[in-house]
Amino acid sequence: MSTLLEVSGVSVTFDGFRAINNLSFQIGEAELRAVIGPNGAGKTTFMDIVTGKTRPDEGRVIWGEKSVSLLKMSEAKIAQAGIGRKFQKPTVFEDQTVQENLLMALKKPRGWLPVLSYRAKPEDLDKVAELATEIGLVDELTRKSGELSHGQKQWLEIGMLLAQEPRLLLVDEPAAGMTPQEREHTTDLLLEAAKTRAVVVVEHDMEFVRRLNCKVTVLHEGSVLAEGSLDHVTSNQEVIDVYLGR
Amino acid sequence: MQRSFIAKNPSVLIFLACLALFTLMVTIFSEGFGVGMISTSFVKTLGKTLCLCLIAVAMDLIWGFTGILSLGHFAFFGLGGYMIGMWLMYERTRLIVVESLSQTEIPPTRSEIVDAIGNQIFGVVGANEFPLIWAFADSLFLQLVLVVLVPGLLALVFGWLAFRSRVTGVYLSILTQAMTLALALYLFQNDSGLRGNNGLSGLQNLPGVDASQDVVSLWFLWASAVALGLGYLLAAWVVSGKFGSVIRGIRDNEARVRFLGYSVETYKLMIFTLTACIAAIAGALYYPQAGIINPAEIAPIASIYLAVWVAIGGRGRLYGAVIGAAFVSLLSTWFTGGQAPNIPLGFYTIKWVDWWLVLLGLSFVAVTLFAPKGMGGLVDYWTQRRSPNRHGANLGPNDGAMREQEASK
Repeated sequence: MSTLLEVSGVSVTFDGFRAINNLSFQIGEAELRAVIGPNGAGKTTFMDIVTGKTRPDEGRVIWGEKSVSLLKMSEAKIAQAGIGRKFQKPTVFEDQTVQENLLMALKKPRGWLPVLSYRAKPEDLDKVAELATEIGLVDELTRKSGELSHGQKQWLEIGMLLAQEPRLLLVDEPAAGMTPQEREHTTDLLLEAAKTRAVVVVEHDMEFVRRLNCKVTVLHEGSVLAEGSLDHVTSNQEVIDVYLGR
Repeated sequence: MQRSFIAKNPSVLIFLACLALFTLMVTIFSEGFGVGMISTSFVKTLGKTLCLCLIAVAMDLIWGFTGILSLGHFAFFGLGGYMIGMWLMYERTRLIVVESLSQTEIPPTRSEIVDAIGNQIFGVVGANEFPLIWAFADSLFLQLVLVVLVPGLLALVFGWLAFRSRVTGVYLSILTQAMTLALALYLFQNDSGLRGNNGLSGLQNLPGVDASQDVVSLWFLWASAVALGLGYLLAAWVVSGKFGSVIRGIRDNEARVRFLGYSVETYKLMIFTLTACIAAIAGALYYPQAGIINPAEIAPIASIYLAVWVAIGGRGRLYGAVIGAAFVSLLSTWFTGGQAPNIPLGFYTIKWVDWWLVLLGLSFVAVTLFAPKGMGGLVDYWTQRRSPNRHGANLGPNDGAMREQEASK
């Protein structure tokens, strides 16, 4: 399996605080990966670096089979290259309907001119309806997304990510604040997505990670502490000390 | 989703109908063509008000829809006015000069005429040569192109610098204000080439037109109405589609738009430039009706008024901006024109000329606090649009994001 994203030797410092310290990480195509770690381990900063929000002080971030460096690219360019990101708090455009949200995310030219002249074609609307069915929001298409429940917003955001058709999906705590049934649905969505693309899930909740049943990377103080199956890392003494044994 | 543009935006049709009716009524009651119940000076006031409504539409696009509180749009408005004013003043002076020189025995050469025009125009600032910026002043066509081109380019360069550095929120407002102040101060100088604080005057006289002001004022009213109608249509079209979705997304949560793959900076720059061009066209129609333009028109306070109009009218809805601009500016004319009766309190007499600004300031604060939807919100009682109950939360993390009370379910 070829490598889709390769992060190597990345460090970043905020006001003297080393948030990421010589971090290396790899993920292949169509792989599901969970990233766990205690608060302040650098999970969110790691996502910020990959999506271009934060520039690292040193290190390389290499993307795709053409091995392009993501460090010089803007957030928008990185997103266009095929990296989608879901935030910890559900962030959808609350003043707009579910349909408008999904249409905006749909993989189409992102320049201002094509967007200005864009009018939704029937097949685009079909695509949106199909996605909405997948995320269970097909009856809410014309509702303002701000009215949705917390869980529904999370799904809408996942739906928007899928609409972008990214090759790599970065998902930050997707199950936070969800009911058990909602969690199950979210797990299914992520497992389904990981069949065709790489998915990185940052999560606190061990039970949720166990259900994903995938390779786990443990972060601690900005670098990788352990990597492997969940059983493998949870039996690692260091991991137990810093994270599980608290 | 597949319905026509008008069917999706019934307010556009209603607005255009109201505008047409208004123009027709004014024409019927005017002195120029109708029964003469509306004085020519009031026709001019109404025509100017239409131009102010047009720049309010531009302000609503940039502030209400994109969340960028620009306090500099009157700079573009003024520049548009200067560009058309240059031609009006040049051409009119040329006609007068040619007329007076035709009495001489030897026909004047071209350079003599140009020198004489220069003397006439720049005598007040102690100069007699045409500065470089007047190079195209003899051509109406080129000067009309410059109406859009000069403010558009300024907006493009300024916006590129500001947005590229990711300046947002109140800092951007301050920057735009600094820009308009700098421009005003520059124009105040006599050697700026635009007659310093004298400004350009006599703009109400169209060169080569013999019609009286009664008629000319109506021409401008019609032109302003057409411009407002087209501008409104354009703005409604821009915000109706996916572009509208993107800019509203930028208003509420700009980081999210970026991670969807849209280049937020480019979108901001485009909408900033577009609104600058609309403002410039409004200015080019306004100042021939006002008759005079000077740098004081570009002072930051004008742009702040603009924000007040849009806030009182209700931001985020185009008709709100129009209603706000029309209502507040007409009311302002009434109060400051000395027509409002003074209120004697015995120990003190409230003179509205002095107290109007206080009243305006208080209503601005009151509207922001108690009726964030503004006057446009009255329409919601009729269409039964309601605000969502979000327990006081805004619709996004940005400074300019829609507030709970402004939004609709």
